[in-house]
Parts: sequence; C-alpha cells; structure tokens
Amino acid sequence: MIKPFAITLKPGTSLSNLTGTWRTERPVYLDRLPPCNNACPAGENIQGWLYHAESGDYEQAWRVLVEENPFPAVMGRVCYHPCEDQCNRGKLDSAVGINSVERFLGDEAIRRGWKFSKSADASGKKVLIVGAGPSGLSAAYHLARMGHEVEIQEAGPMAGGMMRFGIPKYRLPRDVLDAEVRRILDLGVRLKLNSRVDDIVQGMQGFDAAFLAVGAHIARRAFIPAGDAAHVVDAVSLLQSMEGEEKPMLGRRVVVYGGGNTAIDVARTARRLGATDAIIVYRRTRERMPAHDFEIEEALQEGVMIRWLSAIRQADEGQLTVEKMVLDEKGMPVPTGEFETMEADTLVLALGQDVDLALLEGVPNLEIRNGTVQVSGNMMTGYPGLFAGGDMVPSERNVTVAAGHGKKAARHIDAYLRGVSYEPHAKHELADFGKLNTWYYSDADKTVRPMLDIIRRQTSFDEVQGGLDETNALFEARRCMSCGNCFECDNCYGVCPDNAVIKLGPGRRFKFNYDYCKGCGLCAAECPCGAIKMVPEEI
Amino acid sequence: MLKQIEGSKAVAEAVALCRPEVICAYPISPQTHIVEALGEMVKSQRLSPCEYINVESEFAAMSVSIGASAAGARAYTATASQGLLFMTEAVYNAAGLGLPIVMTVANRAIGAPINIWNDHSDSLSQRDSGWMQLFAENNQEAVDLHIQAFRLAEELSMPIMVCMDGYILTHAFERVDIPSQEEVDAYLPPFEPRQVLDPSEPITIGAMVGPEAFMEVKYLAHAKQMQAIERIPELASEFRSVFGRENGGLVRTYRVEDAETVIVAMGSVIGTIKDVVDEMRDEGHRIGVLTIVSYRPFPLEQVRSALLHCKRFLVLEKSLAVGMGGILATDVRMAVTGAGLMGYTAIAGLGGRPIFKSQLHPLFRQAEKEELPPVTFLDLDWEAVNRQLERERQTRRSGPVAENILHDKGIVSAKFG
Amino acid sequence: MGFQPIKFYQTGTYTVGNRLLSPDQRSVQADEARSNSINSGHRACQGCGEALGARYAIDAAMAESHGQLIAVNATGCLEVFSTPYPESSWQVPWIHSVFGNAPAVATGIAAAMKVKGRTDVRVVAQGGDGGTTDIGFGCLSGMFERNDDVLYICYDNEAYMNTGVQRSSATPPAARTATTMPVGPEPGNPFGQGKNLPEIAMAHGIPYVATATVADLRDLEYKVRRAMRMHGARYIHLFVPCPLGWGTASHDTIRIARLAKESGLFPVFEAEHGEVTSVLKIRRKVGVEEYLLPQKRFAHLFGSHPHPEMVSRIQEIAERNIRKYGLLDEEAA
Repeated sequence: MIKPFAITLKPGTSLSNLTGTWRTERPVYLDRLPPCNNACPAGENIQGWLYHAESGDYEQAWRVLVEENPFPAVMGRVCYHPCEDQCNRGKLDSAVGINSVERFLGDEAIRRGWKFSKSADASGKKVLIVGAGPSGLSAAYHLARMGHEVEIQEAGPMAGGMMRFGIPKYRLPRDVLDAEVRRILDLGVRLKLNSRVDDIVQGMQGFDAAFLAVGAHIARRAFIPAGDAAHVVDAVSLLQSMEGEEKPMLGRRVVVYGGGNTAIDVARTARRLGATDAIIVYRRTRERMPAHDFEIEEALQEGVMIRWLSAIRQADEGQLTVEKMVLDEKGMPVPTGEFETMEADTLVLALGQDVDLALLEGVPNLEIRNGTVQVSGNMMTGYPGLFAGGDMVPSERNVTVAAGHGKKAARHIDAYLRGVSYEPHAKHELADFGKLNTWYYSDADKTVRPMLDIIRRQTSFDEVQGGLDETNALFEARRCMSCGNCFECDNCYGVCPDNAVIKLGPGRRFKFNYDYCKGCGLCAAECPCGAIKMVPEEI
Repeated sequence: MLKQIEGSKAVAEAVALCRPEVICAYPISPQTHIVEALGEMVKSQRLSPCEYINVESEFAAMSVSIGASAAGARAYTATASQGLLFMTEAVYNAAGLGLPIVMTVANRAIGAPINIWNDHSDSLSQRDSGWMQLFAENNQEAVDLHIQAFRLAEELSMPIMVCMDGYILTHAFERVDIPSQEEVDAYLPPFEPRQVLDPSEPITIGAMVGPEAFMEVKYLAHAKQMQAIERIPELASEFRSVFGRENGGLVRTYRVEDAETVIVAMGSVIGTIKDVVDEMRDEGHRIGVLTIVSYRPFPLEQVRSALLHCKRFLVLEKSLAVGMGGILATDVRMAVTGAGLMGYTAIAGLGGRPIFKSQLHPLFRQAEKEELPPVTFLDLDWEAVNRQLERERQTRRSGPVAENILHDKGIVSAKFG
Repeated sequence: MGFQPIKFYQTGTYTVGNRLLSPDQRSVQADEARSNSINSGHRACQGCGEALGARYAIDAAMAESHGQLIAVNATGCLEVFSTPYPESSWQVPWIHSVFGNAPAVATGIAAAMKVKGRTDVRVVAQGGDGGTTDIGFGCLSGMFERNDDVLYICYDNEAYMNTGVQRSSATPPAARTATTMPVGPEPGNPFGQGKNLPEIAMAHGIPYVATATVADLRDLEYKVRRAMRMHGARYIHLFVPCPLGWGTASHDTIRIARLAKESGLFPVFEAEHGEVTSVLKIRRKVGVEEYLLPQKRFAHLFGSHPHPEMVSRIQEIAERNIRKYGLLDEEAA
C-alpha cells in the first residue's frame, strides 16, 4: 500500500508527541496509613493481611498477620478491636469485621496446623522473659524468630497470664489459647512454669537481656467495712480460681462492684455458676461505664442486672448497704446521703489490679511511679538490659496492648543485643475518609457473627460468639476498602485519558508513564483508596 | 452489441459491466433513470455482488461512496445540478482523500431559479474540486467514457465525473454499441485500492494537515491530474484496440486542418456545431471544431496545439461565470496565451435553452468576421432583459426578476397580471 | 436485562478492574493487552472525557470484534486531537471524511464489507454531539432507517467544543456557551424542547439504542459489547464531560458524569427496537445543584445574582427523567 502523503498516517504514531511536557502537577503512588493499622495496639498490618484474605489466600493472610502478633485466634475473640472503631467503612455503612476475620484466620491456622517460620539464624544471645502472659509470650515469639534463645519463667502453673486467668472460657476457649501458646513454644522457646523470679538482677545472670512482663495480678481493694461473716472476694482471685478443679461457691445472689470489663466478666461467670441474680453495682451511669458497650449488652442479654449510680458502703452477711450517687457536672459521682440495702450472698470486688513489684526490689536505677515500672521509648527500664512491658508499665491494660508491648520490646531487645538502636519506620500519612473515593465500593453491610443461644449462654461456659465460616469471612474481608494502599482495582489504569498508566501485572501494581501523563489528576480523584497523590511539578 | 436504447439505460449497462460493488442512489432529474436501471439490475441479481443503497441525500450518496471506496469497494453514484451542489463538501473530500469514485453527472442547470434542464453549470461549479471531468458528446461516448473512467480513476486513485448532458443525452434513444462483459473485463482489471481500511493493516485516513504540508498535498493532487493528461490518451487508444471505437481522449478536432476559425465546445452541442461547420465548409468557410473531452485535467498543450494554426476561436459554452463571462473560455484563452489569436466567448443554452443551427450560422459567421463582442449571449431576449434593467433603474426593488421577464415574454397568464 | 453488577465488595462493581474476578469477567480496560485504540500522545485537553470515552468504547468494540473493526470519525475535537499530521493516535483502521457524514461513510464501509463477504469486519462511526445531533443528523437518520450494519457512538459533551464552545442542539438549558452567553434576563441557553437523540433513535425502531457515561465503565463496556453482538443500526449516546467547555477541573470529569447520572439529568438506559429494556438506577440521588455547581458554564445560576427559578426548572427536568425512565428504585425513591 502506498500511503498518500500527509492525509494518511501510520497508526499509533502520536507516541512521538510527548504530552508529559504539558504537566504542572504529577501523580505519584503512595501508601497511606490505614486507620485500622494506625489504631491497632499490636501494630498489626490489618489492611495488609485482609488483602490476602480477600483473595482467599488465608495462609498468606495469616502469615502477614502473625508478623506482628502471634495470637490471631485469641485476638479474634478478646481484642476490643479499636481498629473497627477507626475503620473508614464505618462512615459508609458499618466497619469491616476485622476482628471476626482475624478469628477466622486464627482458627483456620489451628485447624490446618500452620506453623511459624523461624526467620533468622541463631544469634547466640539469651533472653530471659519473666511472665508467660500475652506480652511475655509475644516478646518470646518475636525474639525467637529473630534468632535469640528465649527462656520464659512463669510463676503460675500454666502459660497465658491474664488470657487464662482473667478472661472467662466462654470468651476464650482454652484449647484455642493452648494451641497458640504451643505454637510459640514450638519455636524453641523454653517455658519454666511454677518458676517465680524473686530477684530479677540475680535471675538475669546468664542472660544477655531480660523482659519483665509479670502483669498486674494484685486486686485493688476499696475500703468497705465488712462484717466477719460477709463473703467478699476479689475478681482476680475469682477468675483465677475458675481455672482450678474446684469451682468457687458464690451463692444465688452475687453482687459485683466495679464498672470495667472485669466486672462484666465476673457477673457473667456468676450467672454461669448458677447465681440467679448477678448484679453489678456501679457508681456512675452506662454512658460512663469503662466496660465495652457490647460486653454490657451481652451481659444484660444473659440476665445480668446493673445498678447504676450506687456505691457500696458496708458489707454484712447476706446484705450490702448501698448509697445512691449523682453525677456532678464533670461526671464524677457524688454521694447523696440516701442509703439502701440489698441482699448479696457474695460481693465480688472488680476495682482494678496492681502490679506485684516485689521482684524489682533493689534493682538499681529503676523508677517506679504510681505502682508501675517506668520505661523509656525503647521499653528498657533504668537498669541496662532490663526491659518491661504489659500491664506492669504505664499504659492501657488489655491483651492487645500487651502483645504490642511484647513486639516492641523484642525489637528493641534485638537491637540492644546487636549493639544498635531500633528505628521504627516513619509513619505514613493517615488515609482518612476524605482521601477516599467511596463511590467505587459496593454497598455491603457487615456480617454479624452468630451468637450462642441465650439459655446455653446462661448455663454453660461454651463460647458465646461464634466465628465466621469461609464464605462470610471472605465476604467480610472483601468489605475492606484498603484505605491508603493500592489494591490493584485498575481504576488509575482505566481512567487515564492518555494511557499514561502502566499496569505491571498482578501484585506489582502500576507506574506512571510521565512521558504522556498530562497531570489531569483523574487517577488521583478516582482512586478509591487514596493511594495516589498529586504533587506540583518542579519546573 | 448494438442496441436502440435510452442514454441513461446505456450508461447503466456500461456501469454494470464495470462491476461496481457499491452503488448509491438518490433521485434527481435528469440522472434518475441511470440509478433506476442499476437498481433493477442489482435487485434481480443480474449485477452481483453489489450493494445498492437508497441514500437519503446526495451528500449521503457521496459519503457512502467515500466509505465504500476507502474500504476497497468500487463505488459509483450519479447526480446532477442541486444534488451535486448538495454533496459538494463530500465531493471535495473524496478528491482530497484520493478515492477513485466514478460519478455520472447528468448535466443540469442550478438554481435559483430552479430549472431541471441542461447546461454545464453544475459540473463546472466543481471545476476546482479535484475531480477529473470527462464530457461525453453522445451516448456511445458516455458509455465508453464510463468504462475508461473506472480504469483511469483507479489507476490514479482520483475520482472522476463523467458528464453527459441532461435530457439531451440521458433521455435520448440512440443506437449504442454495448460492449460485452468479456471486453470490459479485459480492459478493466479488478479494483486494487491504493490505500484501504483493513483491520490487518490499520491506517489513519483523513488526517488534519496544517500549513506545513497542505500545499504539498494539493500539489500532489495537481500532479496526479497532470499524469492523467498522459494517461487519458493512452487509455483511449487502448480502448480502441479492445473495443474498436475511438472515444475519449483529451480533445478531439474536427476539420481544423486549415481552419482559420475554430469553434471550441464540450458535450452534446458538438453534434449541432459539427453540422453547422459541415454546412459552412460546404460553403467554403475555413472553420473547424475543437471538442474538449477532458475538462479536468484541462489539456492546455493539446488545446494550444489544436488552435495554434487558426486565426480565431469561439468558445461556445453552456455555462456562465456570473460577473465574468465564460468559464471554459477562460481556460481555452489561457491555453493560447501569447499566440495572438482572437478569442470569443458565446454563452449558450443555459437552463436548457435550445441551440439551433439557425442561431449558430450567424454566430460563427460573425466570429469569422471578427464582429463579435468578447462575450456573446446567444438567443438572449434583450427586450425582456432591458425592460427589467429599466425597471430596476427606476425603483431599486422591482420584484422577482424571473417572473417579470416571463411577463414580458407573455408566458405568465393574465391572472397574475 | 440490563447490566448486572457482580457482587464483589472491596473491589466492587464500580472499579475498572477487579483482581478477584476471573479474567473473562474483567473489563476490557483492566486488560494489560487492551487495544488502546486511541493511543498516548493525542492532543486532547487534560482530563478530556471524549478521549477517555472513545478509548473505552472503541477498545470494547475491538475486544468484541476480535480486532476486526473499522472506525469512522466525524470532524470534531476527537478527530482533530487524534490525527494532526504527521501523527495519528489511532491504532485501528480509521477514516475521517467531513463533519456531517460519518454515519454515511460508515454505511459505505459496511456495504463494502458485505459485498466482499467480510462479515467478520465490523464498523463503528463516531462523532460529537454537534456532528451527531445537528449537522450529521440527516445521515444518521438515513443510516438508522436503512438499518445499516453500523454502530454509531455519539460522544456528547453538549456543545461545539472544537470550534470554541458554541451551542449545539444537545446543549442543556441555561448553559453558557460562546453563542448563548450568560447575559440578559434568561442567561445561557434557552429552555427549549431539546433534541433527545436517543429517543429519536429509538423512534427509528433500530435494534439497539443505549445511553452511557464515562463514569460507569462496566455499563458502557457491556453496552458496546452488546451492541457489537447485534447487526443492523445501533446507537450509543455517551456522556463525556468537557473540562474546557464546561469550566470544570480536569480531575472532575468522571465525577461530573457520575453526578449527571445520579441527579437524573442524564438518564442511562438501553432500548431494543424502540422499547426501553433496562435502566441504570440512580444509586445515590443528588439534587441538580450538586451537578451544576462545579461547572462554570452554570456559574450564573448561582453567585451574587442567582437564578433559583432556573435551577428549579432544571430540577424539574431531572424529576421528569426520573419518573419517565423509573430511575429510582422503590426503596430509594
């Protein structure tokens, strides 16, 4: 074919016209920090593991998850999931059920027997961990994977700490806990039970570093005048005794004093032990109650009663004296001088716990404040090589925070052992709701996990909340909007009027072809998850 | 095969023998009989494979032809007058894109005033469109020119109008020798487009061309028509060897050997002129005829050499460049620039006004005597014209010109008085 | 039956791609091997809806025809920005003739293919709203009436953009153009009868008519592919915002198209043989203000000398569309 001059052209020859020179702004890909990840006390890469769960690759999802936290099955049951509170999807319909997917992955891992991989060669260093609770086990897990030799010394008869002695079975079945603990021990971690450390400085001998994670087991007591015959127990002891052979005798009418999650756990436990009345007495109102609302709700469903705006003033045999309270303008309870009595076979005090600091006596340069051990940013106490975490350092006290402490401490211990300092990556900017283009997410409400029927909840310690099956776990995972992180939806590749986005193939994301990108910004505007940013072109 | 046949039908037969693949039909007199006949041939599958498309306008007729031709199909359509004007944009475009479409123009006047009769102002209005224009003297030549036209158009990848006088030729029954399919096939190979829309080899046809290359594109079109000046006589002689007839070519001369006066014209009026010339020759006048077959490309050299030995020439044309005079005459005069000849223009036969020998005799004689003004309007009713001009001199708005003139000529009935 | 959303969540129905879908369910635009019928280096403005819409549509047609496609283009922005000598952006066989004849040129190509027995080669004609609803209307109607085997795609950006934003018969009421300036008591384009070309196309009874926007790629691709599976005259009216002519930010092109559909001003539907067979429902209904406000061509309706009565009239148009086409689901209504 002899093409006529000028009026007939070869196809695709416009490639010689580099329209990139028109640009005043250029799009760049970036990873923003998803609010869930930002909110996770254990620093989980939630968006990261959901990404794999979405494609049904649960093992990979689990492996990404356990890079940060070795307890997915536990977390999936007991974590209060602040991630879900921050989830951007909550502003659209309802938050992604991160916790339920986490549990699904954890259970799946147990079911399929997935094992941790040991990622580093042996370092020849030895680390002592005191306490086999969530933070101690977490630290052990991370340190072991980093190649260190780890020995846990636990004062109690079983590993798990508060996961075992503080959380009732109906929330955390023990076989689940045991499986996740065993998996950590399978990494070669040595666990010495019934091995109380009385003097840490002495105990550290032969170790290159130590991590203290003894928790807070001493029940805080309020001063309540009590008659000799009054049956008063503390919540910690009560929940601990649930792990023994002999179940505690509480009577038919049990009053729990306190407003935290422990108070709820105790009241629900009492119901299951046969109490006809389990009454929580709390000085303030429901809005002010520290316990999580869903736990309050579950307790109420099970017949737990709550007496609001009441303080216990006197405990006698079978009877309590209660003073009515009102809230001042700051929301603090103020006595009214009005008293009532109420019947109670047992009074359980659930007023919080303190740390047993006995093993720290005489440690040089250690700072104790408000009953907690002070640590610097790297989790190290004033005594070199001695690190601490979990409930014994100042912070919110829950399993997830503890697991996070364990990880953080492990990283710093590792750095300490190598004679370097650990510098965490700079946090990416937050992928807040405004950075998303939520049009692209189909409407899909959250999947509700099944609940045990109410009769069995009131009479047995069977697990209350069920898990998701694969179908709805997948559904739930796919509700994730992948905030701030490219999930390869191809929008940028599609919406570019100039074909200036190059698709690199599955898992490899995209890159811009700045030879042709005119900087219109459509890719950034139509990126569902806010993973593209327009930046001024430097001219 | 010799047939006593209407011109339009003869042309339809000729077109069909050329195996067109896409025919666009839109009715406009006096071209309609051609596409009607072709329609019947396609419908009866006598002409097959062929797509016959009843389009909604001449603009569409040319546009469909453009598409068909660009996609590699041999495309044909026919039009006249207003229709040609209505498709003008596409006419230029077809030439610009170099698409070898063949179109019959059944020459007809253009309005206003609307007029269905013959003159050449329609195709001459497309003088600069880039199409080649061949004018038939009679229906045999119309037939033969169509066959040559497809060959020429496709060789050069340029469109061609075959122009034949409306009614005078299209509706005239004459004896015409319709060639056989074998003869036409021997002369006209299958269409091999120079460029074609083909998914296996994509190209972009019809780019926007700016000042940097537009002149060159236009020159190349011009250069092609210059090539046509060489090819047209060759194709005519090849045609003669296949069909045994002499038709086509650039120009034809008649009795010009020792002529002092040469009459130059195109189309069917040549027949009348030849009769007059024969009669005048019989009386001893040294007069001859130059027939322009190829109006575009205009064969300057051939016209010049045909006229160089005469003393004067008269261009008799059925067209008028209003405000200037002759259209063909301008080209002829350019051909003889510097030759020192007297040149005259006679505007004749506009809107179908018959041209009689009785009018041509005095005209030619005046030309011989060099008594003609540069531009003559043959058979003009000066009385009517002058009355209108007088009216207009008196009042600036003097009503519809045509009606006034018809009044003056006594054609409009008294009730409009 | 209309376009059925595939119920995947994170990746959604609405994104271009979806790594979780099997390859045969993915969009053409998500394909690394898409034809890029109109390639990089074209000279369309930043954020051009027409450039985007053309690639969406022609790539889909290419996919459905397995690359056996010939495209015709009317004069207009698309033609000018894609084929200035010496460079062409087109990677398909493509021809431009004149402004008003694209449907007829396409008819000619289709006829040529038929006569040559190339039934595998399909023909698409395309033009802007001016080339379609105004100057090319006669040829388009003829092509429809003869039921020629051509898919015609109108890229509607509601004015003559190539010549500098003059009014076309597709220009909406109140819009500012260079020939309907925002001055006088009724600024902008008059509230006329409008020329609803999709409905006019339907009145021809042709096999397929559909409307679509560049904001709903999957819907658009579905319609192009569906149209390509049919023979005879087919018409797709594609809404393509023009950042330059409408006075919108270049990154807003898709959002504006989405708002046009979600407000009800641009009903998205398909019809066969003159009857509406499905509509794309409004998902999150918005008032017309939300659509009008980001566009400078409607700026005179707001600001210091607002024309709320004109906005109300535009809202009435949207409501009429919603009623007429049933654009709202019962529960969403």
